[in-house]
Parts: sequence; structure tokens; C-alpha cells
Amino acid sequence: MNKAIHMSLPDATTPTDPSANIVSVRGITKFYGSDVHALEDVNLDFPTGQMTTLLGPSGCGKTTLLKIIAGLLETTSGEVMVKGKAVTSPGPERAFVFQDFALLPWATVTRNVAFGLELTGVPLKEREAKAKSYIDKVGLSGFEDKYPHELSGGVRQRVGLARALAVDADVLLMDEPFSAVDEQNRRKFQEDLLHLLSVENKTVIFVTHSIEEAVYVSDQIVLLSPRPGRIHSIIRPELDRSSSPDDIRRDKVYLDTVEEIWGNIREYLD
Amino acid sequence: MTTTTSPGVVSAESSEGTAGLKLSGLQLRLISIVGFFLAWEISGHVPISPAFPTFSGTMMAMFEMIFDGSLFLAYFETLKPLLLGVGISAFFGVTIGVSMGLNKKSRWLWEPIFVVLQASPVAALIPLITYAYGIGITAKTVAVIILASPIIVLNTYKAVGNASPVLVQMSRAFQGTRMQEIWKVIIPNAAPVIFAGLRLGVAAGFIGVILAELLITPTGIGDIISYNRSIAKYPHMYAAVLSIIVFSAVMVGMLEKAEVKYFRPEKKRGQ
Amino acid sequence: MKVAGYEIPPVFSLLIWIGLWEVAGRMDLAFILPPFSSVLGELTTLIVRHDFLAAAWQTFQAFAIGMFFAITGGIALGFIMGTNKTANSILGMWVNIFASAPLSSVVPVLMLLFGLGQLTVVVIVVLFSIWIIALDTYAGVHHTSNSLKEMGRSFGANKTQLLFKILFWAALPEILAGVRLGLIRAVKGIVIGQLLLSVVALGRMFRTFSDNFQFEEFWALTLILFVFALLFSTLIGRLESKVEYYAGTRD
Ligand SMILES: Nc1ncnc2c1ncn2[C@@H]1O[C@H](COP(=O)(O)OP(=O)(O)O)[C@@H](O)[C@H]1O
Ligand SMILES: [Mg+2]
Repeated sequence: MNKAIHMSLPDATTPTDPSANIVSVRGITKFYGSDVHALEDVNLDFPTGQMTTLLGPSGCGKTTLLKIIAGLLETTSGEVMVKGKAVTSPGPERAFVFQDFALLPWATVTRNVAFGLELTGVPLKEREAKAKSYIDKVGLSGFEDKYPHELSGGVRQRVGLARALAVDADVLLMDEPFSAVDEQNRRKFQEDLLHLLSVENKTVIFVTHSIEEAVYVSDQIVLLSPRPGRIHSIIRPELDRSSSPDDIRRDKVYLDTVEEIWGNIREYLD
Repeated sequence: MTTTTSPGVVSAESSEGTAGLKLSGLQLRLISIVGFFLAWEISGHVPISPAFPTFSGTMMAMFEMIFDGSLFLAYFETLKPLLLGVGISAFFGVTIGVSMGLNKKSRWLWEPIFVVLQASPVAALIPLITYAYGIGITAKTVAVIILASPIIVLNTYKAVGNASPVLVQMSRAFQGTRMQEIWKVIIPNAAPVIFAGLRLGVAAGFIGVILAELLITPTGIGDIISYNRSIAKYPHMYAAVLSIIVFSAVMVGMLEKAEVKYFRPEKKRGQ
Repeated sequence: MKVAGYEIPPVFSLLIWIGLWEVAGRMDLAFILPPFSSVLGELTTLIVRHDFLAAAWQTFQAFAIGMFFAITGGIALGFIMGTNKTANSILGMWVNIFASAPLSSVVPVLMLLFGLGQLTVVVIVVLFSIWIIALDTYAGVHHTSNSLKEMGRSFGANKTQLLFKILFWAALPEILAGVRLGLIRAVKGIVIGQLLLSVVALGRMFRTFSDNFQFEEFWALTLILFVFALLFSTLIGRLESKVEYYAGTRD
């Protein structure tokens, strides 16, 4: 037996405690047009200050769910609650990190990082100072005046992360942030991210299709089944995060949880 | 490189060059220019036609026209309607094009007519312009506008209509307003293609203004060309043609520089 | 646009413009602009006139011959530029200059060198269209993914096979786009050329009509040219969209 704990799915009718769960989604169903059924009745709670991962194979609706939470896509039915209030559009409590970075090619790293602040009308001096501090925090010192095309995938995504952190949102929404980052940099980036989040005290909703990544970074893993996307199960890997990254990756709980999730996924792939 | 390539721009130059012992691209170009003029000089001496002057003769004529000031006067006459026409086309063309890219109704109304105008030889209408606007600067300006505006409108429309959905979503995710989305994301993103359209517009405008000068209003460079042709001063005629080709190439090149300087700073450092 | 729940295709907006034209013509806003209906009436008599048919045939011949040389020459030029860096450094500059040069200024020179007849018109067609075909072909060849070329080589393709079995097909969408743009430019060039020559084919007719204030005839002739140009570019556009499906999957 492993120590991963399975939770029961949240009930669609019980009101959730906004202080415990900063984001909740209730009964989300999404159709693209009339025939692409992307999500079916998704109910989820995202505990404040924790990292929740949406995991599942390509095309199962992870991006769709994340963009609905971000307020970038409309639901067909169901609602998204942020801090107890229903939302339908982007808001200052949520910041998005895009899979393909979405950096302005004509803007320097500094302006890209400050872009969220620029849009909300923060004065130039102030936003540049703030951008600078986050540029340093994500390890981009020295890249301030570079343009995106001069950077590698990993560095570009650090810019995307800094931009999201700079707006001071409580919730970070990250869509496969490491998918365009090579394996070595990805591990380093994962460790940096965990360290940064422990300092910044953010709630993170993280999308990935990598089982190892999900288990390594998450407090809570939501396994989605494909077409239409439904919640298959919710897993809480109880890893001892005080040990070193390499020890965690060799930890029995870590390995067992990866195995177990793989078993689940194989079930519905067959 | 997904985020940095600008869509639809066909830039034909490759500046990679050949490193090492081989000649650089710039050297090759210089050699080819010298070779071209040499070939011209030789064929002028053969001569391949009595109406084909040598390169040196043409250059002499060019210097003569530069020093007696007639070339400058002619350019002044030609550039006035050209700049006026291109300016008007650029202003209204970009405005209409942007509105088409952002608004369905505007697209419905304008797209077909500009597609027709772009695909058709509207130059055919230039003889008619004289009847409506006489032979002054207005006629020439109208000629420039009818030739230059369709391509400016269509390029702007395409560029704005194909705005990167990822960047637009990003702007929304960070609570950008519609206006911010248009001014800070869509238009800068469309700038390279809009500028490509402006360059094509300038080229088309040049064709239009010269055509008008040859056809209806004997002034400017067109007049130098047709006058010297009629009195068989071929070196002067060729000099005028050469100068206008070089001039338009330089003008188009300057537009490119301006674009990079003000809209695409990231391209300043080569890739 | 939707009216009363029905989606009206954009082409119908042309009817609005034509309607405006008709009204402006009826109201005699400008004497050079006769009503659309009378232009249309003139068009039906014009297209069966012998002098028109002769002029149209002559123009078409020059167009076809010129396009043949422009297409073969332009594609060849594009391939040379796309496969050879030295050639590209040398030719690229000239092709770019001529592609955006005010070619109407060159027409008087061509008239001197090639006379006032058909030959000049053919040369004009080539001169107006070859550069854009070369540029687009170059872009197609240049952007063909390296792995596609390497795939060919790893399976032992020789140079000729690489050229005809891989590069040509990979560049086909761009080549067709170039040919379409080349056709459009050629039609414009032929009109500019004939207007300036003013003694051959359609140019002579345009000259006669405008000198004699026959504006209905003038507009009818223009309309025919417009329709012809549109037809041609739509046709190539169709062909283009047929090969576009695989263009979309490239990087
Ligand atoms: N804009 C769209 N229009 C139609 N179908 C879409 C659209 N976006 C996504 N889909 C479909 O919805 C499903 C879920 O997509 P997505 O959320 O992107 O999956 P994931 O991120 O898990 O790979 C997929 O089958 C995809 O093809
Ligand atoms: Mg996705």
C-alpha cells in the first residue's frame, strides 16, 4: 500500500468554504460548437495556498478547464467561484502562464514582465522597479534588455512566470509551462518554482501531461479522463518535501504514486 | 521560434552570408553592381541599338541634370503628388483596413470592393482622371491613390484579422481593455505586414504617378523621360529612368528602416 | 452580415457599390461616370465587335506568351536563389529592386528598344510578373524544412530527385501564390503598356474611346478587363487552396 490518499469527489450541492478553497468550480460542462464535447460536469475545489495539478492525456480538456477558470473561455454550463464569488471574466486575483509563453516579440524582457502592470495603469517607474525585482527572483538578471527571440524556451517561460508573479495575483494558472523546456532545464525550473512558491504563498493550478512532474510538484492531483473530460480521481501524494529534490525523486511514495497513476491512465487508454 | 516569426511577410533577403574565405554578401552585391554597369557600358559601345546609350554617357547626362538642377525640379514635381497620394492612402487605407480586421460589418462592406480593385488593372482609369481633374497635381494624386490604396487596405486587414490569438488572450488574461488590446498588442503585432503593404503601396504609387506623367500631365520625371525621348537625347532619358528606379529602391529601403526603428526594435540586432 | 436572420455573403456588398455607381451616374454627378446600366448595355455590344475581339485576342496572345516566360523564368530564378547562397546574394538584390521598381518608367525605354508592337507587350508582361514569381518561389524553397531535405538525402535521393520530388512539391504552395500575384501584375502591366503604346490592341481602343468622350465604351472595356483579371486570380486561388492543406502542416 502506498500513502497517497484518495479523496471523495466534492458534492455539487455542498457550499464550499471560501477561506479554505480560494477557487471552486461547480458543474462545468463545455461544448465547442455543437459536437466537440470537451468537459462534462466537472466539480473541483482548489485549496488556498496549495498546488493542484490537472493531469491527463492530450485533448482531455485540461487547457479548456484552466482557461475557463481564467475567465478566458465561457462555459456551456456551470460556474467558477473565486474567493466565494462567481466570475466569468479575467480578474486581478488570477494570473496566467501560457504554454507557448505569449510574450510580445517586440518588447524587451523588462517590458514583457511589466506588461500586466502596464495594462492596469501602473506608472512606468513603479512597474519597472517591480518587474526588476521579479526578474531577479526568477533568475533572469542580466536578461532585462533582451528580446524574446534571443532567449531559449526555458528562459522565455521564466519571463512568462515573472510576468504572472508581478501582478501579485493570489492564484497562478499555469498551462503546461514546461512543455517547451528541455529536460535538464525543466527539472531545475521545477525546483526553482517550488522554492519560489513556498516564499510567495500562492495558490497554483498547474496543467501537465507528465505524471512525474505532477507527482513531484503537487499537493493535489486531479486526474482527468478523456473526451469528454471528467474527473477520474483525485490523488494527494504525501511527499516529504523537506528532503532534497533528488531524494524526493527516489522516494518510495513518489515512485508508487507515479506507478499508481500510470495504472489508472492505462485503464482508460485500453 | 513560434512567438517571434511574423506571419505572412516574405522577406527575400538572407543576410547569413558566407563566412570564412568566401566573399561576403555585401562584396558579392557590389561586384554584381559593377558587373552590371560594365556590361551596360560594353553593350552601349557595341551598340546593340542606336537608342541604347553607354553607361558612362548616361551618367554624364545624369550629372548634367543634377548640376543644372532640372532633375531636382522634376523630382519635386513628381514627389509632391506621390507623397500626398501615399499619405492619404496610408491614412485612410490603414484606418479602413484596421476597421475591417476588427469589425465584421466593415469587412462585409469593404472586402469585396478592395479585392476587386486590387486584382484589377485600375490603371486603365487614369486617362479618365484628366477629364475629371484636369492635368494638375490633383489628377496625379488621384492616380497614386487608386493604385496605392487597395494593397494598403488589404494588407492591413489581413494583418489585423490574423492577430495572434495567443497574444490577444494574454492581454485579456491580464485584464487589458479592448482598446489596450488593439493598441498594445494587435497593431504592433500587425505592424510588419502593414508596413509591407505600405511599401507595396509606395511602389504602386510610383507606377501610378509616372504613368500619369507619361500619359496625361507632362511634368516631373515622366516629362524628362518623354521629352528626351522625343528629341532623341537618349542618355538623358535613360538617366531619368535609372534615377527613378534607384530612388524608389532607396525610398522603399528607408521605409523598412523606419519600420524596424519605430515598430520592431527587436529586429535591430540581427537574428 | 446578417439581415433578418439570413447570412448575406460579402460579395453582395458589391451590389451596394454598383447601386451607388448607378445612382451617381443617373444624377450626372460626374460626366465621366455614366450609369452602370448603360455601361452594361454597351458591354454587350462591345464584346461582339470585331475590333474588340481582334484586340482581345492579340492581347491574350501577348499575355500567354509573356506569362510562359515569366513563370518558367521566375520559378527557375527562385530555385537558383533558394538553393545557392552565392546566387542569392547576387540575384536577390536585383530581383527585389525590380519587384518594387516603378516599371511604368521603363516602358518608354522598351518602346525604343523593341518597337511599338507585340514584342514590347510581351516583354512588359515578363518584366511585370517574373520578379514576384521568383521571390515567392525563393521563399518556398528557402523555407522548406531542413529535415525534409535531409530525409530525402538519407534515403539516397540525388540532386535531381531532391529538386523534383521534394523541393518542388514542398515549395508548390508559394510558387502558386507567386504565379497568382504574377498574373495580376501582368494584367496590370499589359494595360499600362498598351495605354502607353496606344497604337496596339486594347490600348488603341482605350485611346479612341477617351479621345472621343465615349465613356460608356471606356467603362465597358475597363469592366471586361476587371472581370478577366478577377476570373484569372480566382482560378489560381482555387488551385492554391487545393495544395494549401499540406502547406498548413509545415513548419
Ligand atoms: N477552439 C476549439 N474549437 C473546437 N475544439 C476545440 C477547441 N479547443 C479545444 N478543442 C478540443 O477540445 C478538446 C480539449 O482540448 P484542450 O482543452 O486543449 O485539451 P488539453 O489541453 O487537455 O490537451 C480537444 O479534443 C480539442 O480538440
Ligand atoms: Mg493543452
